[in-house]
Amino acid sequence: MAATGQLTRKAAGVPFDPVTMLRVAIVAATLIVWEALSRSGWFYRDVIPSLWSIAKAVYALLTQGTFYFDLGVTAAEIGAALLIGGGLGLVAGILLGGSRFLSQAYETYLYYLGPTPKIIFFPVMIMWFGVGPESKVALGALSCFFPVALSVAAGMRQIDKVLIRVGRSFRARPWQMIVKIYLPAMRHPIVNGIRLGFGVALIGTLLAETKLSNMGIGFRIINAYSTFDIPRMYAMLIVLFVLAIAVNALIGRLGGLGAVKR
Amino acid sequence: MTAKANRWPLSPKLVGLGSLVLFFLLLEAVIRIGLISRYVVPPPSEILESFYGIIVHEHVFRRFLLTAGECLAAGVLITIFGVAGGVLLHRSELLRRACETWVASLAAAPIVLAYPLFMVLFGRNSWTIIIIGFIAGLPPVMLKTLEGIAGTRRVLINVGRSFNLTPTQQFWKIQLPAALPVIFTGIRLGLIFALINVVGVEFLINAGGLGPLINDLAERYDLAGTYAAICFVILVSVLFYMTLERAERWLRPAN
Repeated sequence: MAATGQLTRKAAGVPFDPVTMLRVAIVAATLIVWEALSRSGWFYRDVIPSLWSIAKAVYALLTQGTFYFDLGVTAAEIGAALLIGGGLGLVAGILLGGSRFLSQAYETYLYYLGPTPKIIFFPVMIMWFGVGPESKVALGALSCFFPVALSVAAGMRQIDKVLIRVGRSFRARPWQMIVKIYLPAMRHPIVNGIRLGFGVALIGTLLAETKLSNMGIGFRIINAYSTFDIPRMYAMLIVLFVLAIAVNALIGRLGGLGAVKR
Repeated sequence: MTAKANRWPLSPKLVGLGSLVLFFLLLEAVIRIGLISRYVVPPPSEILESFYGIIVHEHVFRRFLLTAGECLAAGVLITIFGVAGGVLLHRSELLRRACETWVASLAAAPIVLAYPLFMVLFGRNSWTIIIIGFIAGLPPVMLKTLEGIAGTRRVLINVGRSFNLTPTQQFWKIQLPAALPVIFTGIRLGLIFALINVVGVEFLINAGGLGPLINDLAERYDLAGTYAAICFVILVSVLFYMTLERAERWLRPAN
């Protein structure tokens, strides 16, 4: 431990920022090891494709029109899922957070159902909504309902009592209370819930697409797998991860979550 | 608030359970009348009946053990690498500053979507399932270990100092025990993430224990069986969380 302490102090004297240098070093080392593994011949051909072929695949993907069509399909599905599941979650969260009785009666069920793997409901969703995009939307909505509802319910209980009393003393109607007091006061928990909800809706929708569908990014990924077009699969996963992280950050930025970390 | 709650003659828990039962009875009635096709939603009574079939004919116990084994393997890996990683991040300030945000964003990344990739690397078997569970559960353990050790109370560290403990002794006798409750919270979260991903991937790649059970029954179009299997998996996961929660409360009696 003492040795690492000395190291840090020594590193601080270097003109470059040691943190940035370490990060660059880690990334570079990972890429070098990757390339070495790719060329080693220890794996079946293309299981670990070379960086160059992955880069080529990313380029080919991004210059292809069909990719944007599939991306649009998936984005629309996730959007619809977020709208339906998030909307219902918001309503349920306000009801649960607003009444201690309802929360004691039902919140435990949500709490326990929340972390179960939602993908196992997919066969049921297919029976209810068919094999088209509807069943993916349904699974995404089911996934994102729980985090939004639980986050909003918790946020509702943390609202400053003074604000509620202000609303009451102005004789606000229930609807006015929700729009003028509760929703603005709960901005952070709601945005946080939507962020969590977006994450699970994305996973739910895409996993459902990989299981059974004929369009969308999830379908393309599993299609690339079954035709053993591995560089293309990597390319899609990379693009997808970048997009997911970007949207996640965007939702946080829009909600002014700079200070709230979770 | 309390006055309102007291107006109700029944306890809220009972009302919650009662309305759940009522919901299923209503569902049964609606399906029997024919408002909902029984080929879309089988009546709850049939689902209840197929529980028996699942338990007797589908080797549910063996499947459960397999899934539990995969979770356990992922859990052991998570604990070893997560705690070690957290300690490493705590010991090296430079490493922590470089990597903490990476670990945090790893927690938010949809890793499970890369399951075809893991199938290519490890094959369609339990290894793929365990590795995905491991990666999904690793970040919370690392972050909570870091948080726990960094949050050791000053007084405890000073006690160690006054006894002239070496840094190693300080770590084993003071910091690690003090951090254990927080570390356990991390392990609990990690295990939950692992379970979700293990069962999800089992279902997706149709290999392993409980996940493929749902697949098999759905493919046979055994509707009641499918619903019963889903209920069974939910039951198992709920029991799993409850056990972990109990264990955590038992470990930290102060809270």
